[in-house]
This record gives sequence, C-alpha cells and structure tokens, in this order.
Amino acid sequence: MISTGLMDTLQIVVLAGVAAGALAVVRTRSRIRQVLALSVYGMLLAILFFVFQAPDVTLSELTVGAVALPIVLLLAIAKVGKPER
Amino acid sequence: MTPRQRLWFFAVAAAGLVACLLWAFAGLPGFGDYPGPYGEAVLRVAVQQTNATAVVSAVNFEYRGIDTVGEEFILFAAAAGMSVVLRRLRKERETEPADEAESRTVPATSSAIRVPALLLVGPTAVIGWWLASHAQANPSGGFQGGVILASAFILVYLSGEFLTFRRLSPDALLDAVEAAGAGGFAAIGLAALVMNLPYLDNYLPLGTIPGAVSSSGTIALISFFVGIEVAAAFTAIVGELLDQTLLRSA
Repeated sequence: MISTGLMDTLQIVVLAGVAAGALAVVRTRSRIRQVLALSVYGMLLAILFFVFQAPDVTLSELTVGAVALPIVLLLAIAKVGKPER
Repeated sequence: MTPRQRLWFFAVAAAGLVACLLWAFAGLPGFGDYPGPYGEAVLRVAVQQTNATAVVSAVNFEYRGIDTVGEEFILFAAAAGMSVVLRRLRKERETEPADEAESRTVPATSSAIRVPALLLVGPTAVIGWWLASHAQANPSGGFQGGVILASAFILVYLSGEFLTFRRLSPDALLDAVEAAGAGGFAAIGLAALVMNLPYLDNYLPLGTIPGAVSSSGTIALISFFVGIEVAAAFTAIVGELLDQTLLRSA
C-alpha cells in the first residue's frame, strides 16, 4: 500500500508533467516532431489516468492518444507532403 | 488599434477571465470528493446484478448501454465518412509507381524495425483479442481491445510489408466485419424489445461465477461486437490513408 503523502506527491509530479508536455506540443514547430511530441503527451496523459486510478481510461488514452492519432496524423502529413520549413 | 491599445484590451479581458475562473474554482467540490449519488449506488449493486466484476464494463455495456450504442455509431459514421471522402475521384487514378530519381538508392526497412514489429504482431493480436473478450473481468473492453487488435495489422505495415497489410485486410472484409460489429450491438438491444423487455436489457444467463468468461450475459457479448467493429474501423481508416498516399492526381 502506498502512503497518502507519496501518492499526493506522485499526482502533483504527473500533473506537472502533463502541463509541461502540453506546452512542449504547442511549442514544437516542426510538424513531424510535433506529432512525436503529441504521442509522448498521450503517453503522459495515460500515466496521469493510471495514477488517478482509472485503468480503463488509461488503456483508451494509450491506444488512441499515443498510437492511433499520431499514425493518422503522420499519414496525413505524408499525403500533404510539403517540405518542412 | 495600436499595440498599446491591444495590450490594454488583453489585460482587461485576461483579468476578467482570471476573476471568473477563481470564482468557479472556489465553488468546486474538494479534490477527490465525489458528491454524486450514482457511483455509490452502482458500486453497491453492480456485481450482484450483472455478475461482471469489472464495474466500469457493467456501466458501459449495461447501465448506460444506450450511450455506448451512440458512441459506437459515431466511430462507424467516422469510418464510413472517411471512405466517402477518400474514395477514388474521377480525376484520380492509381498509376504504377515510377522511379523519378533512378540514381537514388532507397534504404530498405531496417531490421531493427522489421524484426521487432513482426515479433510483436502475434502478442499484440492476442492481447487485443483478450481485452475485447474479457470485458466482464478486466478494466478494458471492446474499444481498447479493438484498437490494439488494429495495431497488430498496423505493425505488419510498419515492418515494411504494405502489400501484406492490404492483403490481410481487404476492404470488403473490413466493411463486413465493421457492419457486423455495429449491427450486432444494435441487434442485441433490439432482441430485448422483441422479448418485451427494455432496450439492451440483459436477458442472457449471467453465469454462476462473477467475472468468469461465461458470466455477465450480454455485457461480454456486446464487448465482443464492439471489439470487432472498432478493430475493423481503425484498420479501415489507416488503410484508406495509406492508399491515399500512394494515389496520384492525373
């Protein structure tokens, strides 16, 4: 059993991580890198849901946010296919 | 508007937003405090009523099953819309890929990607199938299982085997499975109406051991149909997009 204090600390750390991740996604300029940042952000969100004891949502976020959405975006970028600035 | 005026405008708006947010935060329930009555009520009765030990699945596929039907058809409509938008237009045709820079050497898919991707196909498919078919006992269900099942197909593509990926998932098969999944869910609900029960009522035997594979009646069955629908829809979406990148405007 994890003590309440440790759990609180963990929750604060994960919340801060998600905030930093969201900022990183917005601040990334290159499209491909942005998609990768978004994938990492999806992973961070999944960890957040896990820490907050929602394993169902963790699995959904992991599959959609970290895998399916980046794949769809990468394919769309490949189709549009303009060179990076 | 000068930059100075714009800054003032922003400052006033931002101050208003901060004031409203602080006001709203002050009225929120305490952290981790759940004031609603339904959570407690469902937790008390769900396992006895449904024989599903995963209460979230019981809620998703039974207590609010009609919401889940709606969500199911959102994905169904999205996948169908994708096929319509990305259909082959009159001006587009598929051409034999022509090498426009013949001197260039195309690097083969590296073994570091190919081997792990191919090794993961089997385990990924098994995990997806297991999640989709054990919703009554695990924190999962058809949706998560379906997406993981679809990623097993995507791994085949990632390992550099595009043609194998398309051969494994022909459009006709995907369409049929998708329709069977979405239609199966709706039909399970309609069957209850025929028996003079409420829509999506759990009319199947619930089994004797809570959480066993054969327990929870329609919950497990609905999860299975959701699983195949989601897997087919996601594979179809990725397949359509892949086709698009290979298609040219003539």
